[in-house]
Parts: sequence; structure tokens; C-alpha cells
Amino acid sequence: MSRVLVGVKRVIDYAVKIRVKPDHSGVVTDGVKHSMNPFCEIAVEEAVKLKEKKFIKEVVAVSCGPTQVTETIRTALAMGCDRGIHVEVSGKDYEAMGPLQIAKIFAALAKKEEASLVILGKQAIDDDCNQTGQMTAALLDWPQGTFASEVTIDGEKVKVVREIDGGLETIKISMPAVLTADLRLNTPRYATLPNIMKAKKKKIANMKPADLGVDMVSRVEVLRVDEPPTRLAGVKVETVDDLVAKLKANGTI
Amino acid sequence: IFLASPSALTGSALFFAAQRCIRALKTVQAEHAPPQHYTWRRNCSSAVMPRITSHYTIFPRDKDPRWEGVEMERFADEADVVIVGGGPAGLSAAIRLKQLAKEQEKELRVCLVEKASQIGAHTLSGACLEPSALNELFPDWKERGAPLNTPVTEDLFSILTEKYRIPVPMLPGLPMNNHGNYIVRLGHFVHWLGEQAEELGVEIYPGYAAAEVLFHEDGSVKGIATNDVGIAKDGSPKDVFERGMELHAKVTLFGEGCHGHLAKQLYRQFNLRENCEPQTYAIGLKELWVIDEKKWRPGRVEHSVGWPLNRNTYGGSFLYHLNEGEPLVALGFVVGLDYTNPYLSPFREFQRWKHHPFVAKTLEGGDRIAYGARALNEGGYQCLPKVTFPGGMLIGCSPGFMNVPKIKGTHTAMKSGMLAAEAIFPKVTAEDPASETAGLHIPEYEDNLKKSWIWKELYAVRNIRPSFHNYFGLYGGMVYTGVFYWILRGKEPWTLKHAGLDSAQLKPAKECTPIEYPKPDGKLSFDLLSSVALSGTNHEGDQPPHLTLKDDSIPVANNLAIYDGPEQRFCPAGVYEYVPLETGEGMRLQINAQNCVHCKTCDIKDPSQNINWVVPEGSGGPAYNGL
Repeated sequence: MSRVLVGVKRVIDYAVKIRVKPDHSGVVTDGVKHSMNPFCEIAVEEAVKLKEKKFIKEVVAVSCGPTQVTETIRTALAMGCDRGIHVEVSGKDYEAMGPLQIAKIFAALAKKEEASLVILGKQAIDDDCNQTGQMTAALLDWPQGTFASEVTIDGEKVKVVREIDGGLETIKISMPAVLTADLRLNTPRYATLPNIMKAKKKKIANMKPADLGVDMVSRVEVLRVDEPPTRLAGVKVETVDDLVAKLKANGTI
Repeated sequence: IFLASPSALTGSALFFAAQRCIRALKTVQAEHAPPQHYTWRRNCSSAVMPRITSHYTIFPRDKDPRWEGVEMERFADEADVVIVGGGPAGLSAAIRLKQLAKEQEKELRVCLVEKASQIGAHTLSGACLEPSALNELFPDWKERGAPLNTPVTEDLFSILTEKYRIPVPMLPGLPMNNHGNYIVRLGHFVHWLGEQAEELGVEIYPGYAAAEVLFHEDGSVKGIATNDVGIAKDGSPKDVFERGMELHAKVTLFGEGCHGHLAKQLYRQFNLRENCEPQTYAIGLKELWVIDEKKWRPGRVEHSVGWPLNRNTYGGSFLYHLNEGEPLVALGFVVGLDYTNPYLSPFREFQRWKHHPFVAKTLEGGDRIAYGARALNEGGYQCLPKVTFPGGMLIGCSPGFMNVPKIKGTHTAMKSGMLAAEAIFPKVTAEDPASETAGLHIPEYEDNLKKSWIWKELYAVRNIRPSFHNYFGLYGGMVYTGVFYWILRGKEPWTLKHAGLDSAQLKPAKECTPIEYPKPDGKLSFDLLSSVALSGTNHEGDQPPHLTLKDDSIPVANNLAIYDGPEQRFCPAGVYEYVPLETGEGMRLQINAQNCVHCKTCDIKDPSQNINWVVPEGSGGPAYNGL
């Protein structure tokens, strides 16, 4: 049992009101408060817990993006990760970056670092894709335990309790594997100031996608971003007859 | 029909009534008081009052059984100087210290803690920056990319009536004249200062609030401790509980901004306010709008007084056209917190001011993109406390160097930080500090202040704000300013006094008329909750409310009973609500701590002075972007 890769994504903080850019090409990110994706925090916490229980030796935090993502990696280091990897992506490549590109990067890193587990958050709160974990597993041809609400290591296998529509599903998968963290997996610890100070001494390696042999070309092009239409007020009616009359009037029936 | 027992009217019966209420809070009693005590019982809002305050500053943990056996040791670290607050004053002090260290080739460890998640996120100001202090700090600020992009090109001043506008000529020499100044988004400017500080080697830790002042055995300040994390809403420890960290320093600078919570403690501890008047404040509310390009006049500065405030309520508005690409205007409203009518709502005054024809025409067709609020100092010269004490000093808006008629405080805050750094540097780098106390006492800072342009400036304008306390209110003040400031430049030999504590100015509700505010129209004016959402404010929900009450029963017994709950109206974030009790009779106070935007108005204006604002878990609070 050696190494776990944990992915952390820097996203706009969940409490901030999003504003669409005047040219509708995306959302305003300049100067806006960002923080670690909440599901990534849960993933980091799980990895650090596994290390504390001595199932794994080293936790490596990975993030892809421009220089600012190193702050997010530092927070992961302050929570207990041993070292970080910053895969530098900026400009047009960063704007077009999606789950497929990230999955390719993680697959390459997982092989390079000889990881036994890749733990990711189930989805990011900015794009809500819920694809990266699954794609990474497919590219590596590894088993996947997604929407994990409980993870137990049992020798060379991992028992994962998954949150599914019908309730909870328990599966046993062999390592190496990809796991994605769901909300109830754990409560992430705080990154306290002494740990932030110690984290400044931990190493963050810097590399480019090309160094991993990954091509960042996206086959998806964002044409336009708009705010959702303003929700119109509902209309209350007194009787069933009124309801039928209104529905007839607006052509529904 | 109830019988008012004669005993209910005596002082001792009221005392027993209060006792009953407090006991009732501790043991929830279902039975109700007998009918003859109905008069006071209604004020105490019956026996079933849920507890509001659970913070450890009111209920100490060493006496709390839930905290038995919890590890309370703190990790400690040493620096040469620790600075509380990453605003213009704190950052200027840090930068100046590191500049001196570089010049004189000395090593100096400077640590700065800031409660916001990133530098600039809790910064809010108009703002028209006078570059005097910046020119001294960074003469090459333009090459360094300081975000001063909008020089002031036009300066308008108006007196508004309900429908019309009386223009007032902006003569050179009047304090409000803005020639040579820049309209800035102070949050972005502060963020830039933070980057400059980091480049010089200052250790900046955003997201960590200074929650406690630490003292040496000899009573001097030893440093600060950051906030604990992982305390549940009811005050008990959670699994993720961790103690804050102690940062020790030879000298600690407190730059918490207007009405800092640690400064409040230091005033009492070191008796710093014995020779000055109590500070008076105002609340400033601000919005950012993207307007129709045809209406955009980059560099234009507009100020107004008058409508919708009456002549005895100090306040006014600002509207600045920024020049940063988009047609952006920064606008806002300031209301002096010495107002007397408890029915006044600064937020709603701000919203209705926007409907004035002169303002509405700029905003029509535009979109509001940001909102925030903060208290500011209005006391000036008369309210300056002693600013140095063994082990520390106060800088910036915390002691309060704002030039009120100029409505500028950033340049003086920065200068005070720089003067502090210059006074400290020789002492902290000296081989033998030769200090009587373990924490260094550096009174040279106060001497430097008195010799600087800050002092001259504040002295010259000292009588303008107090001159509003006359029968003619606003108009009397303007006449005084015209005669004594514009002509005599503040050289008159007398110094007028302020009216006293802001919290003591409210008249009982029954002596005042409720104000009929118009409903927000959703285009120019908005409701409170959608405004709060725009501030991006949030806090970890499961933590004790940081708006602590010394006595949970006073809000209903005093604030609601006598003043009709003014906190529901002066809080710009909807933190305080009086809601009906679930069990029927009476009201209770509900504190929505998560909404708080850290403006400090409640701590200032609470007529009972029962609210004590303490710092919540770090990185909570508003997420202002360039406000």
C-alpha cells in the first residue's frame, strides 16, 4: 500500500452570487472569492484519514490550472497531504478544460506516481459534470467506487458503500481503483494556521500537461453563457374551476 | 381583565421580575406567571424563551462541563511584529517595516492576520483616494500597477429636496473638493497592497481572525491568538474542534478598522479613552451598478445632502463613475449613527434615495452587481484615544483618523500605519530594546502622529461635524463650514463637542413617528435579503452566534419594549428579527448570524449596549470584490 492521488479543484465559493460576463462568454472570476470544491475537501479528508489509519503511506494533492490553484493545493497540504503537484494550465486551454482533459492528466499521473488509489470529489460545484472520476477509471481500466459514503480497505480490496437513487449499494472492488467522494463520506477538518505555516515547507512540483503526454485540445466549444430566465411569480387560485379556467386560458389544456 | 398589583410597579418587583426572566431562561418553565404580573410579564415575553447566546466569551469554557478533558493547549510562534487586520493601515505598516528592513539590511519577521478569506474581501469604501500617503509609500505606484485608474474629472455637490436638486458650487478650498484625487475600488487597491507586501516578504494569513489579545505577566501585550474552530452552535466542542494559534511579538499593531472588537477590549484594559470624547460613527451602505453606457461619465464625483434625511439627521450620498472598462458606478448612502428616531432604517433611506430624479436618471436601465455596508468614524480630532500602550499600538480607522468633511480616511489610515512602522523599526531591531515591559511600549508613534500632516488635517476640520448639533441641523453646519473652515481654515480657538455616545441618542419609540418607506420596486430599489445575498456573505452555520448578548433577556425587555427593536432596522444584513414566540404570547429576538457583513453597527448603536460583536470563525463574512 503506498500512494494515493487526490484531486482538488479551485472553484468560485458556493456563497458568492455568480455574474455572467457582459460578452456572455463565461462568468466573472476576476477578484471573486474562490475556495476548494466542497467534495474535494471531503476527498482530501478521506485520504488523510486512510493515511492516519496506516493503510497508505503518502497522499499527493493534485490540481490543474493557473498559478492561483497553488493556494488550493496549500490548503490540501495543510489538511494533511504530504506533497502537491501543480499541473499548469492557463489561458484558452484553461477556459476550455473539462473532465476529459483532467481525466487524461490524472490517468497519466496515476501511472507515473504508481498510485493505488485516486480519490476525487464526485463533482465540482461550478460545472456539476460528475464525469472526471468515471472517465479517469475508464482510461486506466481500473474499477471505480463512485458516490462513496463509506470506504473501508480490506487487504487488496476496497469495500465501498455507494449512495444511489434507490438507497445504499455496497460493492467490493480491487485496487488500484478510483473513488469519488459524496457528501456523507466524512466531515472535513479545518486547515488551521500552524498547519498552513508547515504546509509552506511542503513541496509542490510544477509540470505541464505536455510533460505527461496529454493533449489539452477540447472537442467541446462553449458558444454562449446566459443567466437562467427569471422565475415568474406563481398564481394562486381559490377553486378547482378557477384552476381549470386558467389552464384553458393559457392553452395548457 | 388583569389586576395590576401595586407591587408590580415598585423597583424591587421589577428586580424580581428580571430575576424570574433570567431563571426562566436557564430552566425552561412551561407554567405562566399569575395574571396580576401581566404588565411586566409581557415585557419579559413569558417564561419559555429559547437561549440566544452560547459564545464562550459570555459562558466561559473552564466552567462548562462539556469542555472537561478537551485539550486547550495552543501552538505558539514568535515574530518580531504581528499586525491584526489586512486593510490600508495594516498593510502600509507591514510594507513600511519591510522597506526599512531592506534599506538597512536587517532581518525582520512581520506576520499579518486577516479575518477575510482573501485580502480585500472585507474592504468597503466609496472611495476617492487622496494619493498623498501612497506617494510616500510607493513613489513608483503607477509602474507597479496600482489600480488607480480613474482620476477625478468632475465634482458635483447638491442639496436634494424630494423632487429637486439645488447645486452647491464646489469651490477650491472646501474640504470636499477632489481635485488631484482618484476614484478607486478600495478592495482592489487593498488587494494590490497585499501583493506588494507579500513580495517584500510579509507573511500574510487571510482566513484567520485574531480572536484574543495575549498578555505578559507584567500586563503588556504579548501578541494575539487566532480563533478556535469546530465549536457547535450550542457552544459544545465538535469532533473537528481545534484551538487557534498564538502569535507572539515584540509589538502588536491593531488595525481592525472602525470599531474593532479587540480595540474595544484594549480601550478598557489600558484606559486609552480617559482623555477623549467617546467615538461617534456613521453607517455607510454601498452598491455597485453597471449602467447604460450613454449615462456613463468616467471620473465624475457626485455628493448630496438633504432628502431623504431631515435636517437633524446627519448623512448624505455619494455616486462615483469609475473608469475601468465597464460603465460602472459606485454609489452609496451614509447615515450618522447619532440619529434619534428608532424607526429610521439606513438601508431603506438608501433605497429610497435612489428614486430621486437626479439619481434615478443615472441608474435607469442599469444592473446592480454588488452590495455591502460598514460603519465609519465621524469623531475626528476630539475622539482620538491614546494610541500606544505597552506591547502594542492602534493604527488606522480603529482609533479613527478619518477626515469627515472630506469623507476620506484611507490616506490618513495608511499614513498612521507608516508612522507606526517608522517608530517601531529602530526599537524592534535594536540589540537591547531597553524596555520596562516585556512587550515594547513605543510612545514615539504618538509623537510622530502629532507632528504629521494627519494631525494638522484633523485639527483643521475638527469643528465641522459637531457644528451640525444646532437647531438648524444640516444648514447650520453648512453655514459654519463656509465661515469657519473655508475662510478661517479651522483656526478658531474653540473646539466643539460631539453629542455623546451614539447608542444614547435614540428617543423612545412612543415619542417618535414611524417612517413610511416605499416598497422596493425591484429595478432601482431592492429588498434587504436579495441585497445581503449580493454581498456574498456566509459563515459556517454550526458555530455559536458571534453577535453575543451580555444578557439574553434585554432585547425584548428593553430594546423592543422602549425602542421598538431598532436593531431590526439599523442592521444592513437582516441579522436581527423579532419573531413571535412559538408558544403564543410575546416576541423573541432571533439572530441570523450567518447574514452578518461585519459592519459593527449593532455593537455601536444598540441602546442597551448589550450586543458585543466578537469575531466569528475566520474566512466567514462578506466576499466583496472591489467594493
